[in-house]
Amino acid sequence: MCMSVPGKITSLDQDTASVDINGIIYQAGTHLIENPQIGDYVLVHAGYIIQKIDENEALATLSVFRELEKINESRI
Amino acid sequence: MKAEFNFRNKEHTRAIAAAVRNENKSRKCFMEVCGGHTMALRRFGIPEMLPDIKLLSGPGCPVCVTDQSYINRVIAWSKNQKNIIAVYGDLMRVPGSSSTLEKEKAQGAAVITVYSVREALKTAKENPQKNIIFSAIGFETTAPATAAAVLESEKLGLENFFVFSGHKLMPPAMAAVLEEGIPLHGYICPGHVSTITGSHIFDFIPQKYRIGCVVSGFEPNDLLLSILMLVRQCEAGKPAVEIEYARAVTAGGNEKAQQMLAEVFSPCDAAWRGVGIIKDSGLELAEKYCRFSAALALPVEFDQAKENPACLCGEILKGKKSPPDCPLFRKICCPENPVGACMVSPEGACRSWYLY
Repeated sequence: MCMSVPGKITSLDQDTASVDINGIIYQAGTHLIENPQIGDYVLVHAGYIIQKIDENEALATLSVFRELEKINESRI
Repeated sequence: MKAEFNFRNKEHTRAIAAAVRNENKSRKCFMEVCGGHTMALRRFGIPEMLPDIKLLSGPGCPVCVTDQSYINRVIAWSKNQKNIIAVYGDLMRVPGSSSTLEKEKAQGAAVITVYSVREALKTAKENPQKNIIFSAIGFETTAPATAAAVLESEKLGLENFFVFSGHKLMPPAMAAVLEEGIPLHGYICPGHVSTITGSHIFDFIPQKYRIGCVVSGFEPNDLLLSILMLVRQCEAGKPAVEIEYARAVTAGGNEKAQQMLAEVFSPCDAAWRGVGIIKDSGLELAEKYCRFSAALALPVEFDQAKENPACLCGEILKGKKSPPDCPLFRKICCPENPVGACMVSPEGACRSWYLY
């Protein structure tokens, strides 16, 4: 039930954002976050945006995966 | 997210799993305390990849931990035609002592399932002659939405919107599991709870109990990397709180949501299904907002909890038993005929074991 879905803000109207989640537009409250912007990647939970997603951190995690892949290949 | 943000790359999956197997020197037992993690671990077959790591499911499914007397009270309210009950869908089929909300709805009760509390607010605006009782369950992830709705309801001057708070807090339950003596080597900490609270709420665990905590995302490679981080902590003998899900979680969390929670709710003792009362593990409406409390404004008589004595949901939620240990599992208790709440919710341990 705590599952949240990632999406991208496509428009803002007062305290509601349109969020593109896999091509479907959902309306989500912006009450719980500071300074929402069009283009932000966000997590939506129970009709509200609960957090912005940090793209740089996402890329950093993926680079950890790639490092482990290199180590694994060198073992084989 | 962008297509290149691929957290399910199979080569990466194999590499991380291989790293866990190589670096792990002894059998270990980790617990996840988020229903989303329970489901993802089983769905992606992660336990089978790591034979020396035992993965236990803890009290991380909000539907599963909701006490039966809570369900009974909501059912009692649903029998009054002046009330409209708004619930998250998972709650519909949870067995009360003698009925479920789904059965009550089939007999004419006004029970609506909502994806968001915002729908309950809309219903309240459209039905001023009815009492709208929002059944507010969920952990720190979900409670801020309820807080926002209460604040909005006050702003709008709605007099027919009520909240029955069954919200719960994760850290006291995690401490209760450790106090039970479950031999854990680490916690896979809930990712979306932590987006709100920040990872610092788990700091007491390595400090007091000397076991590690890693806040994990929900993709298979997130979970595997979190397990690798826990293994490394164990092998180094340095338990700590780390964040794997750094794209969404910080140490401090979402301060605005935390402020709204602190404004609208106060901590209270709460009953956890199968576990009992845990001190300061729940959220009740703060005095300033108690006029929104369904329990105070709309008193009703309801049945006390009457669990099936053979059901092991409580032991499973505490990590003492696994679903196959339950005599009802797959025999009497199945998704079509759930006896305990752990078989109802898609995030319940029994349901996940049954499906995957």
